[in-house]
Amino acid sequence: MNAAAIAVGRFFRYGNFAIGVALSGLVVLTALVSFVWTPHSAIDIEIVDKFKPMSATHWFGTDHFGRDVLSLIMVGARNSIAVGIIAVSASVTLGTALGLFASARRGWVEEIVMRLSDLAFAFPAVLTAIMITALWGPSVINAILAIAIFNVPVFARVTRGAANAVWAREYILAARAAGKGGLRITVEHVLPNILNVLIVQATIQFALAVLAEAALSYLGLGAQPPLPSWGRMLRDAQSYLYTAPEQAIYPGIAIAIAVLGLNLLGDGLRDAFDPKLARKR
Amino acid sequence: MSAVIAQRLFAFLATLLATSLVVFLVLEVLPGDSAQIMLGVDAEPDAVAALREKLGLNRPAAERYLTWLAGFMTGDLGDSYTYSVPVIELIVDRIAITIPLAVMAMVLTIAIALTTGVFAAAHHNRPGDWGVMLGAQIGIAMPNFWFGILLVLFFAVTLGWFSAGGFPGWEDDPLDAFKALILPAVSLALVQSAILARVTRSAVLDVLREDYIRTARAKGLSKRAALWGHGLRNAMIPVVTVMGLQFAFLLSGTIIIENVFYLPGLGRLIFQAISQRDLIVVKDVVMLMVIKVVVINFLVDLLYVAIDPRLKTAT
Repeated sequence: MNAAAIAVGRFFRYGNFAIGVALSGLVVLTALVSFVWTPHSAIDIEIVDKFKPMSATHWFGTDHFGRDVLSLIMVGARNSIAVGIIAVSASVTLGTALGLFASARRGWVEEIVMRLSDLAFAFPAVLTAIMITALWGPSVINAILAIAIFNVPVFARVTRGAANAVWAREYILAARAAGKGGLRITVEHVLPNILNVLIVQATIQFALAVLAEAALSYLGLGAQPPLPSWGRMLRDAQSYLYTAPEQAIYPGIAIAIAVLGLNLLGDGLRDAFDPKLARKR
Repeated sequence: MSAVIAQRLFAFLATLLATSLVVFLVLEVLPGDSAQIMLGVDAEPDAVAALREKLGLNRPAAERYLTWLAGFMTGDLGDSYTYSVPVIELIVDRIAITIPLAVMAMVLTIAIALTTGVFAAAHHNRPGDWGVMLGAQIGIAMPNFWFGILLVLFFAVTLGWFSAGGFPGWEDDPLDAFKALILPAVSLALVQSAILARVTRSAVLDVLREDYIRTARAKGLSKRAALWGHGLRNAMIPVVTVMGLQFAFLLSGTIIIENVFYLPGLGRLIFQAISQRDLIVVKDVVMLMVIKVVVINFLVDLLYVAIDPRLKTAT
């Protein structure tokens, strides 16, 4: 058996990881399929069809505009994934760069980066979104911005913590003795050695980003009509709790599946990267 | 001891000052002309000029910042543009809902998380543990506002035990007012207790592997007595850290949950202020929420010192 097969075997020995892959895969697949096919249009309004119950034509029924709920959920998956990917990528890039810089320079540079991240922690994502919305009005871009700003200090801290541990290793001393500079050591030795930690953290923050996007859309601070989003579907459903209570069920399940999948994926990756920790738990 | 507290106090004041600067820059300097934003693009130039004068926007930014800071010390936060009443009055009214809600949610969170977390650790790798962990995974994945809607669906729409939202006010019927906060507090507590239960479980498991627990057991103490007598206090440090973070985040949670249950707290106030473009209220309420986060973090820092005497000598 080659090394790759052994690694894959190890990954799948952990049930969390398998379930995480399955659930996250389901959400991603749904989003991808929605680009080429949805049962009905997710945009076109058919008022005569409003609040149709579950049926062979409309598996999850229709909403207050007569739109097919399954189609809305499928297209909504795109929105959640896109917001998560963009916000987390932006914050990983900036946060990791700051964390690596702080760790490479230490001293007052590190102090400033850490105090700035303390400062950013005083602003929960919802508050940042509120401030941005007060200035520029609600939009999906502003939601992404708020989620990204909130995540930068998370990655800066995690990176710095992990990188400091790497900097204390003997192979760094060897690299220094060989005449490598701070930047080269960071790129060639520190970053590859903290990648595991960053991948796990990014998965977990992705799950939080999906939750945050849903909350912001629910509050009306995220995706705007007619762009379908799970959070706003729940907001709409709440107005019709007495007439069409089942409308409040499906989008919530979709959010929970996405978040549960990503969280389990993160847990599974952590166990696979660090088997000692997995045995201990 | 006092050196540690003085150091923390200094960091606390510095953070407060820095956050206030951020809020001021973002909500007052960055937008350019607040008066124009509040009145909208179609407003008459005269009206905009009058409002600018009334709000003191013609004065230098540094002076406005200092006046605003001083206002937080004296409680004079200016008048709301849309309500034409002092902002402080609005805040005092609304905070009488938000703070009790956050405290109720936190008490529930701690009660649920500590019992289930310790239970799971005591039943490590047995069905009881798996059950708690499964419940925690699901709890973490559920958006709190969705859980709130489900609670309304079940307890208000189907069973009719609670009203679907709104707040009757503390003066008329305190019991009814308390009842109106139960479902919101439960929805807030679910996710938070799921996270805290996991932290409690792993903290207790870590402590149970310590030598002093083995010594206590060798002395003849039962597992339970060793855990309660020696383990819990040591397990509390990571738990308190997470609790502090959670209490701070409960405040942003209340913004969402108040909107689910139509509770007229600070969260609703800030949303109304945004839709009415009342930047004065937005700025003051955002600052107030940030102050709460920073104060809680400071208190958690002090609590560490109380729980772990080793930190008293640390610098």
